[in-house]
Amino acid sequence: MKKGFIILLVFFIALVIYPFIFKNPFPRHLLIMIMLYGTMGIGWNIIGGYTGQVSFGNAAFFGVGAYTTAILLSKYGINPWFGMLLGCFFSSLVAVVVGYPCFRLQGHYFAIATIAVGEIVQVLFTNWEYAGAAVGIYIPILEESFFNFQFHTTKLPYYYIVLAMLACALLVCYAVEKSRLGYYFRAIKDDPEGARSLGINIQNYKLVAFILSAILTSVCGTFYAMYVLYIHPANTIDLWLSIHLCIIALIGGLGKIFGPVIGAFIFIPLTEFTRVYLGSEGQGIDLIIYALIIILLATLRPQGLWGIFAKSSS
Amino acid sequence: MEGVLAQTLASGLLIGFVYALIAVGLTMIFGVMDIVNFAHGEYLMISMYFSYWFFILFGMDPLYSLPAITLIMFGIGIITYYIAIRPIINAPMLSQIFVTFGLLIFLRGVAQFLWKVDYRMIPETLASGNINLAGIYIGRPQLVAAVGAILCYGVILWFLKNTKTGMALEAVAQDKEAARLMGINSNRMFALSWGIGIATVGIAGVLLSTFFYVFPEVGAGFCLIAFVVVALGGFGSVVGAFLAGIIVGLVEVVSGYLIDPSFKFMFVLALYLAVVFIRPQGLMGRK
Repeated sequence: MKKGFIILLVFFIALVIYPFIFKNPFPRHLLIMIMLYGTMGIGWNIIGGYTGQVSFGNAAFFGVGAYTTAILLSKYGINPWFGMLLGCFFSSLVAVVVGYPCFRLQGHYFAIATIAVGEIVQVLFTNWEYAGAAVGIYIPILEESFFNFQFHTTKLPYYYIVLAMLACALLVCYAVEKSRLGYYFRAIKDDPEGARSLGINIQNYKLVAFILSAILTSVCGTFYAMYVLYIHPANTIDLWLSIHLCIIALIGGLGKIFGPVIGAFIFIPLTEFTRVYLGSEGQGIDLIIYALIIILLATLRPQGLWGIFAKSSS
Repeated sequence: MEGVLAQTLASGLLIGFVYALIAVGLTMIFGVMDIVNFAHGEYLMISMYFSYWFFILFGMDPLYSLPAITLIMFGIGIITYYIAIRPIINAPMLSQIFVTFGLLIFLRGVAQFLWKVDYRMIPETLASGNINLAGIYIGRPQLVAAVGAILCYGVILWFLKNTKTGMALEAVAQDKEAARLMGINSNRMFALSWGIGIATVGIAGVLLSTFFYVFPEVGAGFCLIAFVVVALGGFGSVVGAFLAGIIVGLVEVVSGYLIDPSFKFMFVLALYLAVVFIRPQGLMGRK
């Protein structure tokens, strides 16, 4: 455990120093995306990995977070940090409204229901004139400051904000895993009937997991909106975003705190590099590579790559 | 006004038969082995490409290449079963979901790599044209597709109810243990269900290719619709899938007609949610 803690410390120090070594925009952007997806992957892992409910709809929370912030800022000039909070609130609301009926469904039924919900949310936003419909929303440019959540001369502050988000997500996940909550979640995944007979209210704890997952994802939505300053339904509420989160968690290890971080460190560079180096010639190759990774991992090593790293650190 | 509505209902009915045919394979695989094939729409896409290439390269009309493509798709189904599905029969559901999802991404990637994201269309087929039926204009390709779907569906139903192999399939779907005790090789039945399931979606793909664009993502929408049909009909129920296909086809066109075409897909998905919440076993499902 001590050794694990030291490795974690070294890892975080490396992340803090990284921008001082790599001063070009691309490597910094790459790590921002890795940490952003790592944070969302942790969010997905709480509902999908720990509690065992495969959600293909988490992009809806990302979209709600991004849109809440963008609408409030562009229409009413409300501070994005406050937008982040409200985004969390609305995402939790969506999680409850969607989760309450959906959690009576099991396995495939639940997975398909989450796809349906995600797609419905996308159709709604695509047709919602007030929210910019298919065109989306440009976020008004403000003076750069931490308070305004906008930085134009350098992207460095974004890097540290997302690093802090990742650290918070890891702490939340750690707290969950060590608390009673974590045991309940895993009990629901491994043996729902047994958990029920021990007096665990399965419905309620699934909802708790879903809300935690929604909040972590929504915060990332706000960050993304402020980072790229332009959002539309296709770059926020996309089924592929949800799928990427599952893949990230699966690669790293389902139900492992650090799993999604490892997953993001493998998956995001893979997507970025295939896009940069293969370009349009290699269109589809990236998909073939993910697919083989997913199929091989799910078949041969459903516990993910985490065990390999854990062995060397414990 | 009334004419438009009749026209709308007719087109909903016709496409509903095709939805039913797409969903039959999905529900069959689910019924026999409790696995949801998330890649089902991608097999549809593959067969549409086969139909397209047979036309472009050999000048074969989709209606002529149909038997060959059906056989090819049957083989692809069996191969898929032995390579990807057999290793995970007893794996946790999470692994099963990820593997068929992986298949989806794989097939889509292959299609994007080989044929790029262009939209392609078979320009003119034997089925092209319109007919006027009591004031309602019906596209001949749609009519041919609907009739083909009904025929194919009838053959499957006959096969399941009247042949020894078909009954063995039903037996495995009902009770794997009992079927094994009766000397039915469940492994071969699983393979067969994949063969037939993929062959039927293949037939649907060929029929669809006479009036629909072919592109790597074409399967996505149809696959979601097939899920809705299967859930509405009851997972595993072949008869239910047929009825549900028609209902979904009608819901789609009527909601598009009454509200707005851009919302029609949403209503179909909302129908899925309504069904699984209110009647999780679907119209004809066993519980």
